Amino acid sequence: MSRASIALAPWRHSSVLVWAAAFALAYMLWIWGGEVAPWAMKYPRAWIVPLKFWISDGMSWLIEDATFGLFTFTELTRGISWLIERPYRLALGLLSHGLLQGQGSDAVQILPPLTWIAIVAIVVALGRFTKDWALAALAGGCFAYLAIFGQWDGAMVTLASILIAVPFGIAGGLFAGLASYRWRTIERLIRPVLDLMQTVPVFAYLVPILFLFGFGPVSAIIATIVYAMPPMVRITIMALRGVPGEMVDLGNMVGCSRRQMTWKVLVPSAMPGLMVGVNQVIMLSLNMVIIASMIGAGGLGFEVLASLRRLDIGSGIESGVAIVVLAIALDRLSQALANKNPPEHSEAEARLPLWRRYAYTSVCLAIVFATGLVGLAAGWVQSYPEAWAVTTGSLGENLVRWINVNYFDQLEAVKTAVLLNVLIPFKRFLLGLPWIAVVALLAVAGWRLGGWRLALLCAVLSLFNVTVGLWAKSMITVYLCGISVVFAALIGIPIGILAAERERLWGFVKVVIDTLQTLPSFVYLMPVVMLFRVGDFAAMIAVIAYALAPAIRYTAHGIRQVDPHLIEAGIVSGCTRFQILTKIKLKLALPEIMLGINQTIMLALSMLVITALVGTRDLGQEVYIALTKADTGRGITAGLCVAFIAIIADRLITAGAQRAKARLGLE
Amino acid sequence: MTETRSKLICRSVWKLFGRDAEAFLRDHPDAASAPERIAEAGLIGAVRAVDLEVREGEIFVIMGLSGSGKSTLVRCMSRLIEPTAGEILFDGQDLLKASVKEMIDIRRHRMGMVFQHFALLPHLTVLGNVAFPLEVQGAPRGERERRAREIIELVGLGGREGYYPRELSGGQQQRVGIARSLAVEPELWFLDEPFSALDPLIRREMQDEFLRLQQMLKKTIVFITHDFDEAIRLADRIAIMKDGAVDQIGAPEDLVVRPATPYVAEFTRDVSRAKVLSVGSVMKPLNSQARGDYAGELTANQKIAQIAPLLRAARRPFAVIDAEGGLIGELARDDVIDILMEG
Repeated sequence: MSRASIALAPWRHSSVLVWAAAFALAYMLWIWGGEVAPWAMKYPRAWIVPLKFWISDGMSWLIEDATFGLFTFTELTRGISWLIERPYRLALGLLSHGLLQGQGSDAVQILPPLTWIAIVAIVVALGRFTKDWALAALAGGCFAYLAIFGQWDGAMVTLASILIAVPFGIAGGLFAGLASYRWRTIERLIRPVLDLMQTVPVFAYLVPILFLFGFGPVSAIIATIVYAMPPMVRITIMALRGVPGEMVDLGNMVGCSRRQMTWKVLVPSAMPGLMVGVNQVIMLSLNMVIIASMIGAGGLGFEVLASLRRLDIGSGIESGVAIVVLAIALDRLSQALANKNPPEHSEAEARLPLWRRYAYTSVCLAIVFATGLVGLAAGWVQSYPEAWAVTTGSLGENLVRWINVNYFDQLEAVKTAVLLNVLIPFKRFLLGLPWIAVVALLAVAGWRLGGWRLALLCAVLSLFNVTVGLWAKSMITVYLCGISVVFAALIGIPIGILAAERERLWGFVKVVIDTLQTLPSFVYLMPVVMLFRVGDFAAMIAVIAYALAPAIRYTAHGIRQVDPHLIEAGIVSGCTRFQILTKIKLKLALPEIMLGINQTIMLALSMLVITALVGTRDLGQEVYIALTKADTGRGITAGLCVAFIAIIADRLITAGAQRAKARLGLE
Repeated sequence: MTETRSKLICRSVWKLFGRDAEAFLRDHPDAASAPERIAEAGLIGAVRAVDLEVREGEIFVIMGLSGSGKSTLVRCMSRLIEPTAGEILFDGQDLLKASVKEMIDIRRHRMGMVFQHFALLPHLTVLGNVAFPLEVQGAPRGERERRAREIIELVGLGGREGYYPRELSGGQQQRVGIARSLAVEPELWFLDEPFSALDPLIRREMQDEFLRLQQMLKKTIVFITHDFDEAIRLADRIAIMKDGAVDQIGAPEDLVVRPATPYVAEFTRDVSRAKVLSVGSVMKPLNSQARGDYAGELTANQKIAQIAPLLRAARRPFAVIDAEGGLIGELARDDVIDILMEG
């Protein structure tokens, strides 16, 4: 800060004083606190609030005693299970093992599943219908890959779960969004719930769902719905708000009833926005179905998990790649669907015979029946023969072995150097901080950036982590997350800057980060474990890889959207390229870059919990242990801690970005 | 001119945005004369004590710059926005006392509205959009499509029934908007800046089209615009709004000749007098000449710009006659030159 701006803005003066005072106090506490007030250094065990036991007791009460008069809580959960189980059985039957009669091993197949050829054909038709032959080839190729590389069965089980979870997620999100749009009170109630649902790590709500619905695909689907719905709610609210006021006026002027207004005016007008939500729901569902293999989803996720557990890198990579392939196919198809324009006008259409009007459906049905009949006689039509399957398992294994034989020392040296010089000192430093100073500093930051409300929020949420006795684990989470975010920013921001100014590079980078973001988080664990085995360093690499995309995207976006007139003004004033970048572009892109860092933090936290599988000792591990023990209280408490860290970071950074924007006059 | 009935009357209509606006108006009956009080109370006076009357079959234009409250006022008239106070009488019925159900009924059958940005439903074809108001009423498909085809023909879009809005140009889209608002044969037709989003040339064409339709349909029209030239071109009468209040209401000629406030005078200053003033308003009293001595005959409602070429060669004044053919005055070349000199 230059002297001139201090002189011009006296309030900044006071801001510097406040920070200096706060840091000085914290420092003094850090140095002398151990003797004067030991309770401020380490939170006394006796003060810990036994929240996790209360939650567990509450859950037990729900299951054993709770009743709504007409029916008990257990009956309610069974009802929900039944509602989801029926369509799931049907979808699984159609895609995977045929429609069965009877139970268990006595089951008789009364109808074979769709042939693999029929499913590939349907996907091709979808691709052609939503966009063009290129997409048809891509999607068809992806599914053919699954068959050829022996991942068909797992993929179909995963797909069946998604097919059931997605409609529930979309419909639920749409209705919740409509209700919030219409009634402010509902929105006010829903918003914090959404915030929490999106920040609580996924493992954390697997625990209560496991507790309520048991181990199995139904629980997995419920978890998937819960996970995939919040963005749909948000997008619905946003899309409805985005409907021009004139449209609403039109609806009123032609005398629409409420229902007509909703279904004939608002929803159709908001459709492009809503379709973005549909894409999100599909991709999040895929991500969650993979993770939910921990509570019995089966399918590709289970295979990755199983190979992770027995460290069978080869088959783990195969399943991982299959997930990637499935993700790409689903993402491109649903994006094409979202961007699909309504058909061009056509006068002749109404007069065509039924089968020509629905040409795609007709062709698909024909292929389904034809291959189904042939499949009864010829087995290779019904299901792709195992003998033809190509396996890359040994290839992956060999690759890993080769890397480890030739580069083990180098990798190990890097790992040790980073661990000793960066990770461990930072971890020690954070763990040594007095909790009361951290809480106070967060409150001061909240106060400076957003006023006393934000200060209160920061203080209360961080105090929660202290009082439930998870302070040390919270600090380890912050340390891992913080280090990963710093590295992600150091890598991502320069890439973003480079890509923003080069059109072709940006095209390439965009495809890469788009693809990275469609990959379920589980997939990232495989190569990391393979190269670095378990521990904090491996976790950090996985987190960086997973959280890199928004840092690049927001930076590039922020720079690209700088007003070209300002750049012209810079050129006219005789700035060099470097000056234009540092004095104009980066200054103006700062708020956007901050939001990118915010997103990076959110992704990092969600990934961090999953890296518990590769042996971290943070809150993620706490949640993971709770999951394996089905200890609801422990899982939820630790989950809330992660969520609160996320919320504090999010609110502080958003407030900072707002201030920066206001200062730059971009609002 | 024959006496016409009032179709819509606004009596001291108010719309204040902000908290406790109604209580404020109750406590300050003199608020109309003290606008500064409104701001002091933290309220925004979008529409302030508007009194006006729209006569059956006329084109009533509400003109004002952006933020003058004209859009809010027209939305108060149809109760899309709930006025804070006042009376809005539609054929004698106070709309502000109508129930929700009555209002839906009135809007379905007796009002139509055209929007600045067209407000066409993107998922419906031209036919579907025009038939939409009838669909909402529950009319059977065959009937509503027959009616829609008729109006599509009327606005000159025949053959485009199967097109989607995104396949049409701006002018064509607004024709669809116009057709849709006419589908229910409304008695009262609101047009909220219908041509503002169009290119100047298309705007001109649409204005002509609009006048042609009105010649046939004789609707009662409330037309909103920020374009004074458009107002003069289309209006039977104009209300000029400023800061939520009406400055002056009158025929285009009145506004030009007798602006009530400096604000109105500012608007009318650059208006070409010859295009606005009629022969009747600038003629001189009869000089008791014989009818045969005049250079020719002009009717009182012709605009000066129209007759100016006739005067070039004329040495003698023209006789001015009214609609019935009676002699009411005379007009000499010098009188017209004076007008033209003024601009």
